[in-house]
Amino acid sequence: MSRFFVFGRLQMAKKIDETQVRHVAKLARLDLTDDEVARFSTQLSAILGYVEKLNELDTDSAEPLAHCLPMHNVFREDVVTESLDTELALRNAPQHFETFFKVPKILEDDSGA
Amino acid sequence: MADAILNLTCKQLRDQIAAGDVKSLAAVEAVFAQIEALDDKVGAYISTFKDRALEAAQTIDRKIATGESTGPLAGVPVAIKDNMCTDFGTTTCASKILENFLAPYNAHVVEKLRDADAVIVGKTNLDEFAMGSSTENSALKQTVNPWDKTRVPGGSSGGSAAATAARMCFAALGSDTGGSIRQPAGFCGVVGLKPTYGRVSRFGLVAYGSSLDQIGTLTGDVADAALMMNVIASHDKRDSTSISENTAPICDYLEKIDEDVKGLKIAVVPEFNAGADRNVQNALKSALDIYKALGAQIIEVKMPHLDYAIAAYYIIATAEASSNLARYDGVHYGHRTEKPADYVEVYSKSRAEGFGTEVKRRIMLGTYALSSGYYDAYYLKALKVRNLIRTDFTKAFEKADCIMMPTSPTTAFKIGEKIEDPLQMYLADIYTISANLAGLPAISIPCGFDADSLPIGLQILSPAFTEDKLLRIARMFESKTDYHTRKPKLAGCEK
Repeated sequence: MSRFFVFGRLQMAKKIDETQVRHVAKLARLDLTDDEVARFSTQLSAILGYVEKLNELDTDSAEPLAHCLPMHNVFREDVVTESLDTELALRNAPQHFETFFKVPKILEDDSGA
Repeated sequence: MADAILNLTCKQLRDQIAAGDVKSLAAVEAVFAQIEALDDKVGAYISTFKDRALEAAQTIDRKIATGESTGPLAGVPVAIKDNMCTDFGTTTCASKILENFLAPYNAHVVEKLRDADAVIVGKTNLDEFAMGSSTENSALKQTVNPWDKTRVPGGSSGGSAAATAARMCFAALGSDTGGSIRQPAGFCGVVGLKPTYGRVSRFGLVAYGSSLDQIGTLTGDVADAALMMNVIASHDKRDSTSISENTAPICDYLEKIDEDVKGLKIAVVPEFNAGADRNVQNALKSALDIYKALGAQIIEVKMPHLDYAIAAYYIIATAEASSNLARYDGVHYGHRTEKPADYVEVYSKSRAEGFGTEVKRRIMLGTYALSSGYYDAYYLKALKVRNLIRTDFTKAFEKADCIMMPTSPTTAFKIGEKIEDPLQMYLADIYTISANLAGLPAISIPCGFDADSLPIGLQILSPAFTEDKLLRIARMFESKTDYHTRKPKLAGCEK
């Protein structure tokens, strides 16, 4: 078996517990079941345990590299061009009303206001 | 007749159609006969467009009969991975959240194929949103390896690789974020090319990891990869990361494909390659012997940071994914939950119901890595390591024209073998990931078979924007071997 396959078998203390999983799920707008929370806590802990490997490297003098090729900002003339047709843009909307995307009410009814 | 057609390469078929010796209609009919005979077993396609394809073929046949000019892929049946937008059919990304999505426009590469007069026969299966290495993460169907139906085809472009291997198309497009073209190409015994980042426009490719994603090709041989590159490589102002032809000129990749690279220097990284299975190491050694016999010089180099590529990748890719996939909000398109209690549930329940487990796992990992208190420790650290990995490549390319290594540490693994252990699945990407982190072109070509008669891939990497040379180096091996001509028995047209 390859030596790369060894790391996953190491037992690690949980790096991300269920409370943290629930917090991250909230940030990511994902409703997770209790079963998923438990499973992700174990699996993400194993993955993050493996990622710890990065700390073996001294990166003090390395610049972070977000993009690997030389990129330049591209300017263009400020001219009006065609954009996506409204009907096409709304074609996949779960719900729409006339030319709008329709969503549930986000403010409570407040007859006093 | 049909078998004879299915054994042709794209280039041979294109030439015979152009000469009037074969009708595009016959080629499309042969491909659909193959799909109808095999795809129940292989599961490569999410959708097919038979009527549309037959009609397109007839139009091209008419054009050729009347002497009208036609494009470089005139009449050739091709497939597209189902994460590229088409203004016909659905674009599902193999996800429940986009199961019924009708893209309002064509991806740049789809326009290019259309302009080249290729005939699009269908859209292929993938790991949901291209996240995976086995195509087992598809929420819509399972694809099996045409060489052994108990094994995975690789992923995420598993459908494109399986369709090409089983001759259910002559070539296919795939996308490669961490090996998603090369690894399935290796597992299915076909040629998989990931061009340099920025060489092919990603307009209309559903985003996963935007600093890593690249569209490329799956073909039966290297010359076909060159032919496909001639069609899809171009600048496109709709993709801000598309490189202009002034910065890096595009050449005719096919023109000099049969010219050997003289004085070829090949770098290898012995310590790194030692991690592969015995069968794979032996195949690599035999491949290097063939290059030596062709006059190439093998140079051993050290690339100490390659071992850290997986760790850096799974932070960077998931961070980008967590941001890219925020667009699936249950509002603009895609699945919306039935009865949300409030507006937050429109997001959180729609996403919970629409995304599969691996997609959720990566969104979670990426969100965590970007969250307050962890950003420096994980994301920033990974970006710095990415720079060290790129520097390893820069140094290696000072000494050699290319680097050779396995495509994968093993041949195709069993269905179900790794699906319950995501980390084990990630570790199988060890050889492919660094090309994406460094933005380099890389190709996987068939270089042998293991004891179970499963294909083995040889991976070749070269400096940015040297696809022409990379393809010629790959072609040198291909012209001296016949691995690429072997077909899985199931395809019914083995030579």
